[in-house]
Amino acid sequence: MEYKIGVWDGIPVGIGYFSVSFGFGALAASHGISAWDAAVISFSNLTSAGQFAGLTAITAGASLWELILTQLVINSRYALMSLSLGQKMGSRIGTLPRLIIAFFNTDEIFALAMARQKPLTVPYLLGLGLTPMIGWTGGTLAGALASSALPLMIRTALGIALYGMFIAIVIPQARAQRSILAVTLISLVLSCLFYWIPVLNGISSSLSVIFCTVISAAIGALLFPIDDEENIQEALA
Amino acid sequence: MNIYISVFAMALTTYLIRMLPLTLFQKKIKNWFLRSFLTYVPCACLTAMTFPSILYSTNSLISGLIGFLVAIIISLCGKSLVMVAACSCAAVFLTEQILCFF
Repeated sequence: MEYKIGVWDGIPVGIGYFSVSFGFGALAASHGISAWDAAVISFSNLTSAGQFAGLTAITAGASLWELILTQLVINSRYALMSLSLGQKMGSRIGTLPRLIIAFFNTDEIFALAMARQKPLTVPYLLGLGLTPMIGWTGGTLAGALASSALPLMIRTALGIALYGMFIAIVIPQARAQRSILAVTLISLVLSCLFYWIPVLNGISSSLSVIFCTVISAAIGALLFPIDDEENIQEALA
Repeated sequence: MNIYISVFAMALTTYLIRMLPLTLFQKKIKNWFLRSFLTYVPCACLTAMTFPSILYSTNSLISGLIGFLVAIIISLCGKSLVMVAACSCAAVFLTEQILCFF
């Protein structure tokens, strides 16, 4: 039952992933990487920005260390997310399931898991990862095999889907909780500064996401400390 | 260099980043600052990833902006994730069709 709910909740992410990874597959094919290899990259990494950067590094003939460093920088936000998700899981979920669930902890799956009102269970989390996994790998394969199959207009329109989902996750929480609204606005302003102000915009987008997250969440924690269990549940509800 | 070695290195690095914090910190964190901080991480992170990148995710700034505004309005109406994402996509598609005439 929990597994089914998880699969159901994950479907929009799976569809969104299909459209995004379609672009990745097409890009990989244009770099001369076979459709099979592109699918292997997507299946084993399950990360958007990291894969795009990794693909560029691989085709540019970067060293192994360079490749690892790129992944560390771009994907370090997952460490924060895993820490946050781990707190929500509580002590009911043991090490073995955690080892498996860690694999699926993408931005979107993390967001869905955190937005879930009920306590998290292992079947739910595994269900959540199913369609995104299939969508991400399948989209890559499809994109590499037939990058020109979908009209460009439809592909660009689908490109906004994941952002739309993020907004749908943040808005209801920001609306319900003044503290979340404040953190969201601080992060928004910081993100704009990192994007548009000279010098600051020289920082890679993945690093700036980390800076914005850490700074605004820290300001939020100082201004609106959450001291007991009830408040945390309230803030996440 | 063999592509599979590169892919494996990438995958392993990414997995360890996700796995270590999830398995090493299983106990409830007592520190109030860290707990509050982690509560605010999701929204802070999603916001930073979305804006202003969303404006540049389509073919033109205008369609990106309209997709963004539509997503906000639909979420304020309390609609589901799928609905918000679908309306945003549709808005971008329509805007770009209209922009073709200019």
